[in-house]
Amino acid sequence: MEKIMKKNPGYFCLFLLPTLLAFMIGFVVPFGMGIYMSFCKFNTLKDLDWVGFENYSKIFMADEGEIVINSFWFTALFALVSTVAINVIAFMVAVLLTKNFGGTNIFRTIFFMPNLLGGVLLGTIWKILLNGILISFKETLTTSGINGFIGLLILMIWQQVGYMMIIYVAGLQGVSDDLKEAAKIDGADSKQILFRITIPLVMPSISMCTFLTLTNGFKLFDQNLTLTSGGLQHNSEMLALNIYNTFYSRVGWKGVGQAKAVLFFLLVGAIAIAQLKMTQSKEAD
Amino acid sequence: MADNNLTNIKSDDEIKVKRKKSDIIFTVVFSIISIFWVYPLLMVLINSFKTKLSIGSTPFNLPDETTFVGLDNYDQAVNTKMDFFSALINSLIITILSVALILLCTSMCAYFVIRVNAWYTKAFYYLCLFSMIVPFQMIMFPLSKVTDMLGLNSPFLIPIVYLGFGAGTALFMFTNFLKSVPLEIEEAAMIDGCGPIRTFFSVVLPIMKPTIISVGILETMWIWNDYLLPYLVLNIRYYKTVPIVIQYFQGSFGQVEWGAIMASMVITITPIVILYLCLQKHIVKGVLSGAVKG
Repeated sequence: MEKIMKKNPGYFCLFLLPTLLAFMIGFVVPFGMGIYMSFCKFNTLKDLDWVGFENYSKIFMADEGEIVINSFWFTALFALVSTVAINVIAFMVAVLLTKNFGGTNIFRTIFFMPNLLGGVLLGTIWKILLNGILISFKETLTTSGINGFIGLLILMIWQQVGYMMIIYVAGLQGVSDDLKEAAKIDGADSKQILFRITIPLVMPSISMCTFLTLTNGFKLFDQNLTLTSGGLQHNSEMLALNIYNTFYSRVGWKGVGQAKAVLFFLLVGAIAIAQLKMTQSKEAD
Repeated sequence: MADNNLTNIKSDDEIKVKRKKSDIIFTVVFSIISIFWVYPLLMVLINSFKTKLSIGSTPFNLPDETTFVGLDNYDQAVNTKMDFFSALINSLIITILSVALILLCTSMCAYFVIRVNAWYTKAFYYLCLFSMIVPFQMIMFPLSKVTDMLGLNSPFLIPIVYLGFGAGTALFMFTNFLKSVPLEIEEAAMIDGCGPIRTFFSVVLPIMKPTIISVGILETMWIWNDYLLPYLVLNIRYYKTVPIVIQYFQGSFGQVEWGAIMASMVITITPIVILYLCLQKHIVKGVLSGAVKG
């Protein structure tokens, strides 16, 4: 089979070429342009002006630098807090929902539901809900960064607990009951069984879910845009939204926006690779 | 699931009475927690019958004589203010075409990548994996310009963009599956006189069915809900998708059309929830097979 497919270029054109062409248009070319354009000043594609590292240095200068740094810490803190909160809650829910009591299937169904709706709808729903509560304190989601932070946190927990729970439930169902039974006979209490047997055995699910929630946290955009749209004076503007606003709500800053996007890519990429390396080394043990 | 039930029945015999009590407590506690998951969606439904001012100021109240507007909001969403149905149709066209295109092209591509051992298939495969960790913001501006130049800014052509940007995940899942398919099956087909094309469509593709369903579900969930890519790529004056209109009408138009937004959300969410209840098993499977370590 391999010989036939290698020999006749027709098979290459039929099987690989369509995806390859689309991948060029949808990824490779824009990616390459993106890197080049981060060193240019421009408004459209036709007025590219090479400026070297000027865009990169502008990111960290004066007022702009302050906004970017704030946005970075907001994002990093949010990614961290949401990762811990979502995974702890999802794991607990999964442990309880793998016990057999009435309605576990219905509860799983309900908790997963928000994932079908998408960031824009979720953000819209929670904007109405949370502003409806905050109005009695004469505040809104945008009046302070803390409001925005907590609002986003509630929203993301509400959305992602169900998703991660599904992964944890599958992992927990893979832990054999014989092992737990044996430990019980040897005199282990339920806490010891959880920490010494269950958690080590579902480690692959745990690292998968931490990976997903952490990268989701860093890359969060839709929910940020609809729920707070960055808040007043950027007080809840995360990195992805900050880049978007640099591109589309300021004149003459597109080059800086692209430079920010390159750094953002390096940051997200580094986190993803570090996490994968950690998972791999753990699985090798 | 089945194993779980069996072992639990065994242990139930020993501590039946004690379990029953704690079971009821668990059911009650989770029912209360579930309210927090159901209420936000219910609130959308309730508010879709209220005036737009009362939605913003008192979202938790039930409609009364002064705030109840009947189906006015739905009328506005569909007929006058939002032109919601054309957005719904655009979303449907884009999602169905893109998912079909992705499934067909990437499954064929994955087959070629797995069966043809050459430097270019390997390079392409790793480049696709690499694309999975690149955030959209990195390429959004050049992408929107390139697609504009090529005229890919309509619902019928944007699937090409989705094929390009979404190739990574799909290719990864398909190749992962194909690695475990033994060559012997295909060799048998070859001896029977099938060329690569017939072998792929009549032998390999049917084996891939479970993965195709999983990939299809993951891609559908992504594309149906995607906001930024279509917003930047589509010619927004003529073509809007569901997430785009819902965000668009919260934009800077003075007063936000909460009524029409609520009604359109109800129209969007209802079929999704029904579809979800029917396809739940497949959706859960899709999520799980997407969560293999990447």
